[in-house]
Amino acid sequence: MLKLLKYLKPVEWAQAAAVFVLALAQIWLDYTLPDFMARITRLVQTPGTPVSEIWRPGVYMILFALGSLACVIAISFFASRVSAALAARLRGMVYDKVAAFTQEDIGRFTSSSLITRSTNDITQVQTLTMAGLQMLLKVPILVVGGIIKISGMNYRWTLATAASIMLIAIVVTIVMRVVLPEFRKMQPLVDRQNLTIRESLTGRSIVRAYNAEGYQTAKSESANEAFTSTDLKTNRTMVAMSPFNSIATNGLNIAVYIIGAYLIKAAAGTGNALTVFSDIVVFSSYVGVLMSAVKFTTKVLPRIPRASVSAGRINEVLATEPSVKDGTVEEGDAGADAVIAVNNLSFRYPGAADDVLKDISFTVRRGETVAFIGSTGSGKSTLMSLLMRFYDISEGEILIQGVNVKQYVKRKMYNRIGYTPQRSVLFRGTVRSNVAYGDNGKGGYSDEDVGRALRTAQAEGFVESLEDGYAAAIAQGGSNFSGGQRQRLCIARAVCRQPEILIFDDSFSALDYKTERDLRGAMNSAAQGAAQGAAQGAAQGITQGAAQGAAQGVTKLIVAQRISSIMDADKIIVLDDGRIAGQGVHSELLKECGVYREIAQSQLSEEELGGRRHGEDEQ
Amino acid sequence: MSNNQSNNENEAKRLEGVAMGISHFGALPEDVGNYSSTWRKLIAYCKNHLAGIIIAVVFTIAGNVLQVISPGWMSALVDEVKIGLTGSLNISAVWRIAVILILLFACSALLGFLQNFIMATITARISRSMRSAILHKINRLPLKFFDRVSIGDIISRVTNDVDTIGQTLNQNIGMLISSITLFVGAILMMFLTNWILSLVAIAMSMFGFLSSKAVMSRSKKYFRAQQSGIGAVNGHIEEVYSGHDIVASYNNIEAAKSEFDDMNGKLYNAAWKASFVSGFITPLMNFSGSLAYVAICVGGAILAMRETISFGVIVAFILYVNQFTQALTHIAETVPGLQSTTAASERVFELLGEEELPDESAKTQALTGVKGDISFRNVRFGYSKDKTVIHDFSADIKAGQKVAIVGPTGAGKTTIVNLIMRFYEPDGGDITIDGVPISSIARSGVHSQFGMVLQDTWLFEGTIKENIIYNKRGVTDEDVDRVFKAVGLDHYISTLPLGRDTMLDSRLSLSEGQKQLLTIARAMIQNAPMLILDEATSSVDTRTEALIQGAMDKLMAGRTSFVIAHRLSTIRNADVILVLNEGDVIESGTHEGLLASKGFYAELYNSQFSNL
Repeated sequence: MLKLLKYLKPVEWAQAAAVFVLALAQIWLDYTLPDFMARITRLVQTPGTPVSEIWRPGVYMILFALGSLACVIAISFFASRVSAALAARLRGMVYDKVAAFTQEDIGRFTSSSLITRSTNDITQVQTLTMAGLQMLLKVPILVVGGIIKISGMNYRWTLATAASIMLIAIVVTIVMRVVLPEFRKMQPLVDRQNLTIRESLTGRSIVRAYNAEGYQTAKSESANEAFTSTDLKTNRTMVAMSPFNSIATNGLNIAVYIIGAYLIKAAAGTGNALTVFSDIVVFSSYVGVLMSAVKFTTKVLPRIPRASVSAGRINEVLATEPSVKDGTVEEGDAGADAVIAVNNLSFRYPGAADDVLKDISFTVRRGETVAFIGSTGSGKSTLMSLLMRFYDISEGEILIQGVNVKQYVKRKMYNRIGYTPQRSVLFRGTVRSNVAYGDNGKGGYSDEDVGRALRTAQAEGFVESLEDGYAAAIAQGGSNFSGGQRQRLCIARAVCRQPEILIFDDSFSALDYKTERDLRGAMNSAAQGAAQGAAQGAAQGITQGAAQGAAQGVTKLIVAQRISSIMDADKIIVLDDGRIAGQGVHSELLKECGVYREIAQSQLSEEELGGRRHGEDEQ
Repeated sequence: MSNNQSNNENEAKRLEGVAMGISHFGALPEDVGNYSSTWRKLIAYCKNHLAGIIIAVVFTIAGNVLQVISPGWMSALVDEVKIGLTGSLNISAVWRIAVILILLFACSALLGFLQNFIMATITARISRSMRSAILHKINRLPLKFFDRVSIGDIISRVTNDVDTIGQTLNQNIGMLISSITLFVGAILMMFLTNWILSLVAIAMSMFGFLSSKAVMSRSKKYFRAQQSGIGAVNGHIEEVYSGHDIVASYNNIEAAKSEFDDMNGKLYNAAWKASFVSGFITPLMNFSGSLAYVAICVGGAILAMRETISFGVIVAFILYVNQFTQALTHIAETVPGLQSTTAASERVFELLGEEELPDESAKTQALTGVKGDISFRNVRFGYSKDKTVIHDFSADIKAGQKVAIVGPTGAGKTTIVNLIMRFYEPDGGDITIDGVPISSIARSGVHSQFGMVLQDTWLFEGTIKENIIYNKRGVTDEDVDRVFKAVGLDHYISTLPLGRDTMLDSRLSLSEGQKQLLTIARAMIQNAPMLILDEATSSVDTRTEALIQGAMDKLMAGRTSFVIAHRLSTIRNADVILVLNEGDVIESGTHEGLLASKGFYAELYNSQFSNL
């Protein structure tokens, strides 16, 4: 928890210091108040005191009380601002950190845990900071002030006070000993409950189809039981503190009078009895103020365990260095013929026993369409995420336009790439905000760009049939669209970037053959169109390199399951168990690559394969 | 005609229900009618613990009565000590009163402890049974319900809302009861002791109460702004974190950050104001306590000098005023707490009050020895009024046939499965198994006839074996191993350190295809008379699929099975292919027959070979 305080700025430290000064003032006022009470007591006991004499200390008391009120409100003002500012800053820092993370880093925490850490955990810290400034900070002042105030008085009272504070301290220590480990168990138990319910809800169709409602409920119920028993244990133990507090406080009050009684008896006849009596009254008032320290402590203490667990979770995120570091090179060699070159690449996931990809080398030339095919788990998607630098490779190198991806400023590299992942990710917003998403370094997208992208992605039809067209709302995750529609919107988003390189990681799987064929056709002609457009742009003075790049067309990398999607590719790379099993065009691979032939045969009959080849021969 | 009309009526009623559901779910608790009905439900919920609650209330009242009498004894103690100022002090009398006081405080503390202990126990149990009620409720809700409510929202009701209810009830109900007792008791005792000082004290304390009430009514808007601020930040973060790949690779991090900064700034503003304003209550109450204190001192002193009251009365009054203002402070503090109890309870009871699936305990007709003839007669269905997905679907499927359902996205393929499984009820027409309408069979009876594998692989956190066996009883390890072999996972599983007992969690990174193979294995273990495969192999590559085809064929042999797939290689050997387009069967037949007729299917099929 204390580690997080270093993120406070000087302004906030100044405010915290102000809180301290105000607390000093307020407590001084609170402790001085009983002095007026003493004066009144003495006046009342002195025969013949005029009433006007009593009014004066009364007015002072009200002024002091007002001063105390003003201090408390000012404390609350600064404390609120400091704690809210700390929370806002931590939220921003965690957010920035996560933004700089890679898939690997996020996976280590899981994104749902990162969300909790950015919100819930920070709220816990905010609440404790607030309570700390508002209450805990006052405890030492109250104790020290109380000691100063009572030190001039009889030591027996001081002893009684010390005894009562000791009693409370012992009880609090014991309770905390019992409760702390239980509080630590709490958060994981909440996680467990969430997990089992989420499970039942996401798998609801399967759960019902297997008549497994009881099975799932039993799991959730056992999580419920475990949580309830921990909850009971902590609550019951915390409850045990209150009677001791009340006995200690009230007992002290009585003790003050009993001790006072003996003192008065001893002082009888010396004329000091009145002083002793007014001391009793004042002392019990001091005790009242002092004991508010106990109230504060018991109010704040229960928050500490949860907040410190939360603070630890936040620190863990802030202390994690993103596993991929940004480079410094901004521009590649735009004229290079090999747009992508992969040399002797090997990669294994952190903590894994085996390489996922081994000894991969290939080159992609400008304007080529290169396809990747292979069994489930052969490493196709991994290869694409390495090109995108979501992970850093263990061996070998990846060059994009002649520059190692590790040396690129990621932002500049991404300007050249349009990437579509396996899973269709859409954001809450509109069709337009999703397609014209992000920034490609060329300054925004026009409606024409969006329209062109939708047309290419075969999404224009269904988007236009929507009531609001481009402004139609998209729900979180795109859940108001079908799987195929979502995929097409994601493809449109990639196309809209007008990138030099398009990467499709199995992004056609939810499309039927017909739509897919139309899409690929549109993409090819769009690339040609773009090339012409860029050539015209070049005439108007756009850099020669870029124009040349565009003129030679967009480079496409396609990961696919269906042979039909990739038969026409300029190059097909067959992956098998993390190694390249063959490279070449369809007809070559069919003859030379066993793995490819097996894949092809599993999808097309001999006759179709033959027919197809025959058809090709005819051309 | 008449049939049509009644259908329309049903449709209208159903939609009315849907519309009402939507408008109610997620509505904010605003009106007083809701407020009191929510509390009625909450109180009804506490009925099981009535005895405990009554005991707790009695203890609270008793404890506070003891507290309220104690200042009287305190006053006696002071007066006894004060005798020492003028005469001889009777130490044994002082001790006698002190012992009585100590007993009073000890009993009151004990009663308070018992009350808190009982309340803590009861609220924990109430929370548990609420959670449990929701867990069971989830099973009785129609799947339709989940189309309009987010999972996060339901989970939040189980955890956050129930937690809030538990905590606020525990803290506030006890406090409210004891505060009210203390409040009434203190006023009573004050008036019994001295009415002038009582009026003075109450007047002073009311100042604080009224001014903090005024502050509270203002703070509401900041609290609301804070809650919605947290909601906005949460939503934004959730999207950015889970779609991180896209946000990063489309260079949208800066834009998203500025959006976030905006929300975060708004949240900061609302948060400090809410916290600041709510911090007013206690100091205001304390101040009015001080005011009352001064008034008692001065007023009391005047009265004491006139010898109307003894000095002990002043001390007693200071304690009464303390109790009185403390009670008022607590009452003021419970208001926001109980408001959040109401808001949370309302969300919980709203979920618990959702319309359930009709009770089917009367449907005793069971399917035994099913052959597997399935017929669809003029089935009509839509997920919502404005969009009919299935218009008029009829088909006869003979026992043991492998039926493939193909068609473009949005044609209604998965909907057919949802209807066979009775996940949704058709708006018209009926579906029969061996001539028995499925609407006359209990849902669980229908489900037990089918093994089902879906495109969205669903695995839970548990061992591989647990995931495969699931809720089936009497499955041996040999059965499990046999199934692994059939789906070709035996080698992979043998390389895992704990084999089939390896935990499936985020550390074990299974590919989507491997997950699908596991769910197919689960269906094999289930060994149901019929089978539904909805894009079950879409993420398995075709070569692996070909390898496990044998096992799949064995699984489907002699069983009526429904296969939905885009991949035509998966469906080529089906006995019947139903071609769906826009909710209607437009063609049906075998692969060869359909190709020969050169219709929609042929076009769909040939598109994979067309040259570009």
